[in-house]
Amino acid sequence: MTTSATASLRETGTPIIAIRNLQKSFGSNQVLTDISLDVDKGEVVCVIGPSGSGKSTMLRCINVLEDPTGGSIVVDGMDMTDLDLDIDAARTRIGMVFQSFNLFGHLTVRENLTVAQIKVLRRSKAEADRVAEENLAKVGLSEKIDAKPSSLSGGQQQRVAIARALSMDPDVMLFDEPTSALDPETVGDVLQVMRNLAEAGMTMVVVTHEMEFARQVADRVVFMDGGVVVESGPAKDVIGDPQEQRTKDFLARVLHPGQLG
Amino acid sequence: MSTPPASQQRGPTGPTAPTATADATPKAKMSKRQKAKLSRGIQYAILIVIAVVIAVVADWPTLIDTFGRIDIAIGMFPDVITKALKNTVVFTGLGFVLGLAIAIVLALMRLSSVGVYRWLAFVYTEFFRGLPALVVFLVMGFGLPLAFKGFNLPQLIIIMIALALVSSAYMAETIRAGIQAVPKGQVEAARSLGMSSSRAMFTIVLPQAMRIILPPLTNELILLTKDSSLAYILGSSVDGRELTALARAEIVNTANLTPFIVVALCYLVITIPLSYLSRVLEKKYGSADSGVK
Repeated sequence: MTTSATASLRETGTPIIAIRNLQKSFGSNQVLTDISLDVDKGEVVCVIGPSGSGKSTMLRCINVLEDPTGGSIVVDGMDMTDLDLDIDAARTRIGMVFQSFNLFGHLTVRENLTVAQIKVLRRSKAEADRVAEENLAKVGLSEKIDAKPSSLSGGQQQRVAIARALSMDPDVMLFDEPTSALDPETVGDVLQVMRNLAEAGMTMVVVTHEMEFARQVADRVVFMDGGVVVESGPAKDVIGDPQEQRTKDFLARVLHPGQLG
Repeated sequence: MSTPPASQQRGPTGPTAPTATADATPKAKMSKRQKAKLSRGIQYAILIVIAVVIAVVADWPTLIDTFGRIDIAIGMFPDVITKALKNTVVFTGLGFVLGLAIAIVLALMRLSSVGVYRWLAFVYTEFFRGLPALVVFLVMGFGLPLAFKGFNLPQLIIIMIALALVSSAYMAETIRAGIQAVPKGQVEAARSLGMSSSRAMFTIVLPQAMRIILPPLTNELILLTKDSSLAYILGSSVDGRELTALARAEIVNTANLTPFIVVALCYLVITIPLSYLSRVLEKKYGSADSGVK
């Protein structure tokens, strides 16, 4: 039902995520000045930028983990800033993956994947199990289904976290620096899972420092700095041939960290 | 009162005194390990001397006659177990359960976004944490019946409420600290999966907080076991006596202090297993693997 609804939206050209003039302040500290961004269904958007540029805050505003101070966010036709919206129901359609995994430490991998399916989506135990197994297979960790999160490596935990988000059958997936807390040798596995997801047609917004991933996977790259979108376009343009000076400076620092100035 | 200064003194003189002795001996050159060995030997010697002095100086016949009369001890059985010990356990158990329920509510109020709740819980906690348990018992036992003449609350209920009031303030702080020790990311992950804030609290946060809370909560249960002795000031029927009340009655009856020793042993029968439980829980939950990163 959701799919057909979004498909018709796609036909009329309505983006699945529409951010308009988004503002966010923490006290007197304005983190997001004026962000407008559209994401189409099936599109993979990578958000890059220096730390403190507001990328994560922008992402967290999309599912209202942070309350926007101004502007509007519409996801899949739902006005996320509308106080009458059932925010819990809306969030089930927006998967989120965190930098620090945030797996539930007291639950097994299976329970991590099923608890919200059962308690929120009211799926039967059997169906929740089936969905969990299916998604765990997608991230290549079927054999870990009865493990505790603490016995897994960082990369494995992050893949479980992705499977947990997918188990809610979301329409879009948000990734908040999913590989920043990982040991370098486990980053590849997580990026591969995300690449597969992108190829399967998932709508993804990825805040990341992985330029190579952005270059290869993203349909569009958004460069943010100082709470605004500085530059946005196809990956090969923004990363390969940036127009704005701030983008050039940032990419020079990230891509060639050895060279100063 | 006198302990802190004594221990303060022990701090500086403890290590230096043996070293000084060691330096004074002709063979002044000692390795660090030898010095440590000598220092420990001296400490043991002092302990032994103290024990011997006490053993020699004490008036054992009088002591045994006052505290160790086997016949009086035997005379207290089986009532000391079937009534007094049972009552202590029942009072403590009921007080603890009610106290825990109040404490959970208080902890959630302290963490609430509603200012009035936070303030009420804060005042309650500060108030009852600061009052001696004895005062709470006196007010509950004698004040309430005067204030509400219509209600003739059974003594058991009064004791239960008094113990709950005393313990809930401490337990609320413990529970609040436990909840706050669960990383914020756990709530965010739960909310991002569509859980409401209360569902996230009960399904995700509280079970993980329990690991942190359980060991100190067991300690609180031990403290409460001892606090239940204050029920004696409310007076009671013979069948309603807990351990301390029974001891006081027996002391009057026998003109001997042996009942205190018997009752003390009874308290240990309750508290030592609880201490053991607390250590087991601490080992199980308190150490490395909390599963939370």
